[in-house]
Amino acid sequence: MSATPQFPPVAKLEQKTVVDLIAKGKRIDDRGLESYRPIQIQVGLIEKANGSAQVYLGKSKVLAGIKIETGEPFPDTPDEGVLTVNAELVPLASPSFEMGPPSEAAIELSRVVDRGIRESKAIDMKSLVIQKGKKVQVVYVDVYILDHDGNLIDAASMAALAALVNSKIAKMEMKGDELIMKGGHHQLPLNNHPVAVTFAKIDKTIVVDPSLDEERVMSARLTVTIDKNGNLCAMQKGGLYGFAPDELKKAVHLAVAKAAENRAKILAAAKG
Amino acid sequence: MPEPKQPEKLIDEKGLRIDGRRLDQLRPLKLEVGLLDKADGSAYIEQGKNKILVAVYGPREAHPKHIAMPERAVIRCRYHMAPFSVDERKSPAPSRREMELSKVIRESLEPVVLTDLYPRTTIDVFIEVLQSDGGSRCAGITAASLALADAGIPMKELVAACAVGKIQGKMALDLSDAEDKYGDADLPVAFVPNMGLVTLLQMDGNLTTAEFELGLSMAIEACKTIHTMQRETLKKKFATVKDAVEEREEPEIVA
Amino acid sequence: MVLVAEPKQVVAPGELLAEGDHLLGDNAYKIGTQIYSACIGILEVDGNRVFVVPLKGGYFPRAGDLVGGRIVDIGLSGWSVDIRAPYEAMLPASEIPGPRGPRRHDLSSTFDVGDMVLAEVLDFDRTRDPLLTAKGPGLGKVSTGRVVEISAAKIPRLIGRKGSMISMLKNETRCQITVGQNGVVLVWGKSPEDERVAVEAIYMVEREAHTRGLTDRIREMIAKSRMVEQVAGTQTA
Repeated sequence: MSATPQFPPVAKLEQKTVVDLIAKGKRIDDRGLESYRPIQIQVGLIEKANGSAQVYLGKSKVLAGIKIETGEPFPDTPDEGVLTVNAELVPLASPSFEMGPPSEAAIELSRVVDRGIRESKAIDMKSLVIQKGKKVQVVYVDVYILDHDGNLIDAASMAALAALVNSKIAKMEMKGDELIMKGGHHQLPLNNHPVAVTFAKIDKTIVVDPSLDEERVMSARLTVTIDKNGNLCAMQKGGLYGFAPDELKKAVHLAVAKAAENRAKILAAAKG
Repeated sequence: MPEPKQPEKLIDEKGLRIDGRRLDQLRPLKLEVGLLDKADGSAYIEQGKNKILVAVYGPREAHPKHIAMPERAVIRCRYHMAPFSVDERKSPAPSRREMELSKVIRESLEPVVLTDLYPRTTIDVFIEVLQSDGGSRCAGITAASLALADAGIPMKELVAACAVGKIQGKMALDLSDAEDKYGDADLPVAFVPNMGLVTLLQMDGNLTTAEFELGLSMAIEACKTIHTMQRETLKKKFATVKDAVEEREEPEIVA
Repeated sequence: MVLVAEPKQVVAPGELLAEGDHLLGDNAYKIGTQIYSACIGILEVDGNRVFVVPLKGGYFPRAGDLVGGRIVDIGLSGWSVDIRAPYEAMLPASEIPGPRGPRRHDLSSTFDVGDMVLAEVLDFDRTRDPLLTAKGPGLGKVSTGRVVEISAAKIPRLIGRKGSMISMLKNETRCQITVGQNGVVLVWGKSPEDERVAVEAIYMVEREAHTRGLTDRIREMIAKSRMVEQVAGTQTA
């Protein structure tokens, strides 16, 4: 059951400052309305993972790890590998994250990041098949939120993509009953590079990449995931209010541009 | 029941879909209000093969107390699919999909419910999908709005919802399950007419920005049509009640 | 001011009621100069004021209301009372008739869990639960008679214009009937049969509140029950 989340005890004066500034077209950290916070991306920090990436988006910090194992395909897709995306809002990341089963926010985050990768067909699922209907490779994308200062969706999306670009995969095949590795590891081939761009609506203004302070005063949130061709592969509205159709159209166009900017940063960091 | 096979074509040579509809046509829609006895408000919707029942309880005392908010009512929403509602039996335990849908559905209704009038209470919306055939979250929202109104809960407007999608490269309204499964994109939308507000928007698949804009317009027009039906259904149900209401009077106390 | 919807007709949430200069009444809201309905109800216009009378909805407490409530819990200084509202009400020990001073006996000997009490809403606002009092003529524990619970939205119909319906019921059934604003109605009759007829009439009002000629039909129903009773009486006498 989903329940209206408790608003954390608010610092009313600070909130008013954020709202007043935004009404004047300014943001509390001096950014433009359409600017991202500084982005830092590092890959390959977790040697035991097939691929990994750490993203700092402003003060938000996210770590994504990729593990590629073998398993069974789903019964309705015997000729495809498996992709699983899981995001965890671990308690160390924020005073508001509790221990226990994934919250609806964690589930939503996981599923939005998953949609970006899956719907953009970033991974060639058919190439993961070892034995049709019996054995396939399973790509586990695990995203860990380490520090929550807003816009975890974009940070997670960037980390997941960078980690996938960083990933190495081995060709597996069946020799009789035995599963063996053929050759060494090679770069995981990716056919697309989906990037999520999140907007926050504060009164009548729409800003890109909301910080936590801005998320606390926003009335609604929109995430638009764009693939390398400038097409939409996922969208998700969140929050207690809504958007006018014109606001949505404008945001989509801006998302295409911002996604391209961030994609370049991610690929440079992950491949470089 | 035998598993349905992938249809050869989603759109035939005449431009008709597998159920004979045009691209811009809604499935047959049936709405009913106030059919449950114990719930404070209830509604039932059939849209294509979707059969969804919604019950609303509240505003009522928040239990446990710590979930209550001092300034407004908490809205709780549960979207749940019956095990027999789909082709392959679904476990009754809540899935991650149901949890996500419960959240986005609640968020589609939050903007219209006047929660400030009932601080420290909960308003509970229970959506039970008895049979599912694509677009169930939208149908659930359409029925949930009616159930909230039926419960007498003050709200700004009824929320109507409808999905569009892309099949065989063409934008189509109100996808069925097969069309969603074998199609190229799915875009559920909820819209509040007099506020001009989109309160639910999700998308998965592949759309150009132009296709998105076309799809959004189609969905909004469909929402307006559905909204008219919602309002008619609600007013018709209560039209016979109108003679009842007299002015509020002071009751007599008999010593 | 321009009225867009017809007064005395059913309006739905979000329906445009009026445009222009006017006062906003209950169950309506404004966007700019347009007034919309906030619930399913009847549009009423009183001079310059536009409001909607809800056709459904639970009981929302107001100070001064007479209510019937069931004791659900006993605390240190009073009772928790279920008044069929979204909020549980409090009846403090200080709000019952009787001598002041420290109470030596258990609160449960005055009202116990499960008891029905007739009380008045002393106070209620957004920040606290409704406060009740049982001090006052006719208030206190209900030990005899029948308790009927109907929808609070139908209470105005049960009372009728200037009390016409409730007066008729009392006269025809020869019962004392106390109507709580929260839908709890208490009935005392000289005989169980009289009480039964009154209860039946009250449920009939709730069921058929919307229909024309209700007052006459109820009068007929009561008269018929009376005849049956008389026949039965003469047969056994």
